[in-house]
Amino acid sequence: MGLDFTVVPAYLDTILIGVLWTIAITVCAALLSFFGGILFAVIALYAPWFLRLPVRLFAWLFMGTPLLLQLFLIYFGLVELGIDLPAFVAGVIGLGLHFAVYNSELIQTAILAVDNGQMEAARTLGCSRAQALRKVVIPQAVRDVIPPIGNNMIALLKDSALVSVIGVSELTLSSQLAIGRTYRPFEFYAVAAVFYYVVNLGMEAVMRRIERKTSLSR
Amino acid sequence: MTEAHKFVDIRHAQKAYGDLEVLKDISLTVDRGEIVAIIGPSGSGKSTLLRAINDLDSLTGGEVWLDGVQINKDLPYRQYEKHINAMRQQVGMVFQHFNLFPHLSVRDNVTMAPKLLKGLSDKEADKLAEEQLNHVGMLERIDYYPSQLSGGQKQRVAIARALAMQPKLMLFDEATSALDPELVEEVNLVMKRLAEEHMTMIIVTHEMDFAASVCDRVIFMDKGVVVEQGPPSVVFQNPTEERTKEFLRKHLAQHHAQNAAEAAALTAAQTNEGAK
Ligand SMILES: Nc1ncnc2c1ncn2[C@@H]1O[C@H](COP(=O)(O)OP(=O)(O)O)[C@@H](O)[C@H]1O
Ligand SMILES: [Mg+2]
Repeated sequence: MGLDFTVVPAYLDTILIGVLWTIAITVCAALLSFFGGILFAVIALYAPWFLRLPVRLFAWLFMGTPLLLQLFLIYFGLVELGIDLPAFVAGVIGLGLHFAVYNSELIQTAILAVDNGQMEAARTLGCSRAQALRKVVIPQAVRDVIPPIGNNMIALLKDSALVSVIGVSELTLSSQLAIGRTYRPFEFYAVAAVFYYVVNLGMEAVMRRIERKTSLSR
Repeated sequence: MTEAHKFVDIRHAQKAYGDLEVLKDISLTVDRGEIVAIIGPSGSGKSTLLRAINDLDSLTGGEVWLDGVQINKDLPYRQYEKHINAMRQQVGMVFQHFNLFPHLSVRDNVTMAPKLLKGLSDKEADKLAEEQLNHVGMLERIDYYPSQLSGGQKQRVAIARALAMQPKLMLFDEATSALDPELVEEVNLVMKRLAEEHMTMIIVTHEMDFAASVCDRVIFMDKGVVVEQGPPSVVFQNPTEERTKEFLRKHLAQHHAQNAAEAAALTAAQTNEGAK
């Protein structure tokens, strides 16, 4: 039995809807991981211990355990505590927080690497430390970590396939649905791979654009 | 109007890093509108003193007063932060390495603090930026980023940024030391202009000619103490203290050596050009 890609077009709309869900979950989780990463970094560096400690613990949990387990915990585990999240929301939270922890590590290093003269210049103008961080230090730190954060976001896109296991019908799950009907795993997984690659290219293009836009501000 | 208090009043300033005494009981005052130069060998505590005035480095002893208000007041943390931020708005500072905000345009460098701290609208802030940048001759570069400017241009923007907060007092810490020689003059001109407008200024500098032509008073510091002070004509031409004489002698020799080296480099470059 040879390969037969003629079965694909009949399921193309299913697959394309899967692509859209993949993009939606990736974009939402990426935004959460970006802003969450900044928040965690600021807490880790500057907050009092009663905020810093839980965030440390949380970071350690998210870095030291499998993402798959985290998704199960958020989607199935929280129900027991009376928190019944829709699968999409649970997926965004799981992916977003997981990568927020990694982004936070990058941003912390970058914040500490910003020349101390920047903080001093802002303080001599009369800015409070919080204002100086918000307007001067953090924007520069974030600008400096755009390339590695971009890499994290590509990893996030690929890991978004994991949310198929909690029933978000994104690209991987829709491909599996099509395979279930047609018994053609190679064809549909190959098609899914191509679509992942295309979305990946799109993300890289966006990242390059952002890098170009910020190139003057170094 | 006679003032009951001195405009800037530094009383028994002391600063130590561990065992290292950097400022040893320094007292000095500066009048409103006065322009004071601080000179002295590197490591003598000039920057530390200047930075103590806006509490960028806190003193370990003594007091700093500005216009009748103590800057380094002993207050609980939160109250102190509020107090010091208000005081710092009145004191502009210019650094050797400019410390412009590289992620902001020239315009936003100037307007960031006034918008944030004085609640200026975008329109008011734009007007302010245009005025201040025009004042330092940088209006045409208003939409550039710092990375696109020369050192002299950066320093002029940094001065405009400080002036945009309408400070009562300006502090300059070797504002031209990091500049290529040909870019020094444009910054000096801006500072001269400020002097003509009677801005109160404390200027840490290695440029004796500039200090002599602009300043009302020269303070010579060495090893954490004020050794000698007076009008430039006296301190430069007729110093009484041996340490001052020695410093000026060394400085002059260095200055000559540097000029000679530059001249030699220039000649060498010209010879090379000729050989090609
Ligand atoms: N943060 C610091 N920790 C320890 N020593 C310092 C610190 N800052 C300055 N010093 C020391 O204080 C002395 C005076 O420094 P500074 O005020 O920068 O001198 P100047 O500006 O006259 O060259 C120097 O010996 C310097 O090494
Ligand atoms: Mg110094």
